[in-house]
Amino acid sequence: MAWSRNEMCARAAKELKDGYYVNLGIGMPTLVANHIPEDVKVILQSENGMLGMGPFPIEGEEDPDLINAGKQTITALPITSYFSSADSFGMIRGGHIDLSILGAMQVAQNGDLANWMIPGKMIKGMGGAMDLVAGVKKVVILMEHVAKDGSAKLVSNCTLPLTGAKVVDMVISDLGVFEIINESVKVIELASNVTLEEVRDKSEVVIRP
Amino acid sequence: MSKVYLNCKEALKGTAFDGMTLMCGGFGLCGIPERMIDALKESKIKNITAISNNAGIDGAGLGLLLETKQISKMISSYVGENKIFAEQYLNGEIELEFNPQGTLAERIRAGGAGIPAFYTPTGAGTKISEGKESRKFEGREYIMEKGLRADLSIVKAWKGDTEGNLIYKKTARNFNPLMATAGNVTIAEVEYLVEPGELNADQIHTPGIFIQRIIEGSHYDKRIENLTTRKENV
Repeated sequence: MAWSRNEMCARAAKELKDGYYVNLGIGMPTLVANHIPEDVKVILQSENGMLGMGPFPIEGEEDPDLINAGKQTITALPITSYFSSADSFGMIRGGHIDLSILGAMQVAQNGDLANWMIPGKMIKGMGGAMDLVAGVKKVVILMEHVAKDGSAKLVSNCTLPLTGAKVVDMVISDLGVFEIINESVKVIELASNVTLEEVRDKSEVVIRP
Repeated sequence: MSKVYLNCKEALKGTAFDGMTLMCGGFGLCGIPERMIDALKESKIKNITAISNNAGIDGAGLGLLLETKQISKMISSYVGENKIFAEQYLNGEIELEFNPQGTLAERIRAGGAGIPAFYTPTGAGTKISEGKESRKFEGREYIMEKGLRADLSIVKAWKGDTEGNLIYKKTARNFNPLMATAGNVTIAEVEYLVEPGELNADQIHTPGIFIQRIIEGSHYDKRIENLTTRKENV
């Protein structure tokens, strides 16, 4: 059976190692924070200018001057620091962040990532995604294996405009975990009862066992 | 010569004009110069090129200047929260230039620091690189991005003194200290205006040299775009 969103987030959390500085993208990647084991110390960075992000506030304790990159109210921790957007992207672009988990519309076998625009549709903007994929040491994509319209998202070539070229290291989908290595897609792990055949059916790219 | 103005309307006098380039601090609605945006709305200045990470939301932030059609171009990284903006963009009433957020921040930082251009890996091999110079350093491709300056920067800080020294609060800092450096004129609005010596000199984020005018604002809305809470002890 394919993984639920919750199971996908739990699997993604296993990529967070003790001592990592991590940036989690908006949407499902944000939920990965709920699955970090207690004995693993991970420091979350928010690109609007915060390192050491705490949990969401208890109702009534929200502070409009304290938000994350998704504009959600958040809390600070004793280790927290605040800084400008230039310092924040210095951390990101400068290779100081160990890992980032982001969503995607398409990922290609060479690691190309498309996650910011669909031609002909209203474009919201790339925000910090292009900087994150250009600078963070390891880029993990957390996405449904197949798009809502049934089209494959793991493809030989991205047809949508790129967010970054050759930037993805790993894809975690509802079907399993895949590594992008030497410009090809290799299975690391499959969800229980998911077969390699099903993954191949739902991908438009050669999948190596 | 005092930098202190009694209100935003006075502070704006002689600094704003039709067709100007404006930098506006804030991330979403966090740390936006609310009262200066009100003053710009009142000024009826038109044809503004606005450099701001976001375009506000309907009824708040730069959304107010979109309602009155005072903005003709935006340079931003993300405008997804604003219906009026989407409408005007799809009607062709407003021009839009997307910059990756880190590129936008660095362009402003560079502009304020006298650096006309720089190379960044962000956007190499994407649409963003089209029409831009590129160059390889140690085998990796980088694209050239240019520094940005503005005719007027409006920024928001928590505390400021009469010399223009500023301290920001939490994540309300964001683009404000960068934009403070890149305006030909920078107007700061603060929640608390204090006398020199009241701020700890070791803790000042923006030194007063970057600020030409300062006002104490009031009645801050500080709207929350995305209120998210947790249950206690979970």
